[in-house]
Amino acid sequence: MATTTAQTAAAEQHRASERKRERRETLSGYMFISPWLIGFLIFTLLPLIGSLYLAFTDYNLTSAPEWVGLQNFETMFFNDPRYWKAVRATFYYVFAAIPARLTFALAVAMILDNHRRGIGFYRAAYYAPSIIGGSVAVALMWRRIFASDGVFNGFLNILGVPASQAWIGLPSSAIWTLILLAVWQFGSPMLIFLAGLRQIPESLYESAEIDGATPWRKFFHITIPLLSSVIFFNLIMQLISGFLVFTQALVITNGGPLDSTLFYALYLYQRAFVNFQMGYGTAMAWVLLVIIAIFTAIAFKTSSAWVFYEDEG
Amino acid sequence: MQATPTTPQKKKRSIRSRDVLFHLIVGGLCLLMIYPIIWMISSSFKGPSEIWTNVTSLIPKTFAWGNYSEGWAGFGGITFATYFRNSLLYAGFGTLAIVGSSAFIAYGFARIKFKGRNFWFSIMILTLMLPGQVLLIPQYILFNELGWVNTFLPLIVPRLAGGPFFIFLMVQFIRGIPRDLDEAAEIDGAGRFAIFWRIILPLMQPALITAAIFSFYWTWEDFLSPLIYLSDPRLYTVSLALRSMADPNAATNWGAIFAMATLSLVPVFILFIAFQKYLVQGISTTGLKG
Repeated sequence: MATTTAQTAAAEQHRASERKRERRETLSGYMFISPWLIGFLIFTLLPLIGSLYLAFTDYNLTSAPEWVGLQNFETMFFNDPRYWKAVRATFYYVFAAIPARLTFALAVAMILDNHRRGIGFYRAAYYAPSIIGGSVAVALMWRRIFASDGVFNGFLNILGVPASQAWIGLPSSAIWTLILLAVWQFGSPMLIFLAGLRQIPESLYESAEIDGATPWRKFFHITIPLLSSVIFFNLIMQLISGFLVFTQALVITNGGPLDSTLFYALYLYQRAFVNFQMGYGTAMAWVLLVIIAIFTAIAFKTSSAWVFYEDEG
Repeated sequence: MQATPTTPQKKKRSIRSRDVLFHLIVGGLCLLMIYPIIWMISSSFKGPSEIWTNVTSLIPKTFAWGNYSEGWAGFGGITFATYFRNSLLYAGFGTLAIVGSSAFIAYGFARIKFKGRNFWFSIMILTLMLPGQVLLIPQYILFNELGWVNTFLPLIVPRLAGGPFFIFLMVQFIRGIPRDLDEAAEIDGAGRFAIFWRIILPLMQPALITAAIFSFYWTWEDFLSPLIYLSDPRLYTVSLALRSMADPNAATNWGAIFAMATLSLVPVFILFIAFQKYLVQGISTTGLKG
């Protein structure tokens, strides 16, 4: 009897100290994440809620926001031809640049997937454009490469093709100079693919070879399936960043000529920070968020059909 | 297969010729890739008489060092010394803030079991997918109300909240560190902060370096935030200054611009050469975008 009371008392004490410990853990947990938590509330959640309201207002920073209901969205969809030009240019860019960049990245990764001498150097050299590609310095360089007296025409002339057009000045070719700039920066997906390729067991290729598989068959039946999760990851990340392209378009073409490179983010910037139409800009930002969310959702929904995870098979 | 005495030699020769072919193709493509960069550097040494007439050559006929002094002089009486100082301040303090706080926060998520941890961690991962453009305008309005426009505060203060990508990277890293050391220190009576500061932080060095390099790159190249928040030319970063110099409406001294553009890439390349290993590892293992 006495022992059981002592036992329950001890157990009670143990539970109490356990609870105390838990409380202390929770307190110190929140202390450590507090910088993020406070920042999230002030710099993410509050602006997010505010922008939900702003999207339905007319606001120019100087006078108070004026509630206009759905008018921003109506203007955007039905009365703003430039908006649709921006949507079109952005889709054109994303669907040309991202597949080309990923294809190139995969091709180069496969070529570099060996242990020859100098691989480290090549890997670094192919990656170099990617670390500087987002800078204004490179954008200015690109502007001059494709100018009428630029180095691109210089080479065409050397090859015997007389060329004097300003590639960035023609509505038909301006967007392609930007696409080319995006493809030039295939370094990050290339490194991710390279890491993925190194994970594929050599034995799979060897047994396929014994069975007489051609290189094409090996590529489509071993490499692509085993790399599909990496391809999927790259595709999502690249799509999102493609929709947000800004600096290069602003510096190289500034949306021109004839709005042919007026990308979504650039038009949003012009509306919000050049014309100070904060409400309209916010409405545009929400539509962009929805577009990106739809594409991410499609990628995730379809992934079960074509992404192969090793633990399943 | 018939084993003839010549087979090994034959094989060796064919390997060698395949190697040559490999280096020809890969090396040639490599040259094409870095040609634009070399072209810009060489153009920064070309005088106005040859920069567009001798455009494809990579070796200037005469070295025009003047481009560098003309470029450095900047515009409106403000030299590039100011712009470089601003960029270094922004990239330096911005990196210190985001890496330091990310490590602190990551320790909380990785090592302490507390109520609501999984919930907040999922929220943090969700914010990773949130395009910055959605927050751009309301954040601007917030900082405008606070009177922070035309200061470096809107560029640096939000970084004290850490970066979701870096926090995620560091949480993964900390989870790989064995718990024995924490537990030993706890038995010795060390508090949470002491464990973080004396044990985990030193062991996190590779993750800290990777995060610091990427943060420095992104901040150094950042154009959108300075463009929106800094309108006083004395606060311009190098990116903003370069863009202003290349105003399409004015006669442009491209030699001088290329000189300053080249200088602006020097810190990037120095870091690249010094920390290449960390960069490659960071991208390969976590998909960090460079």
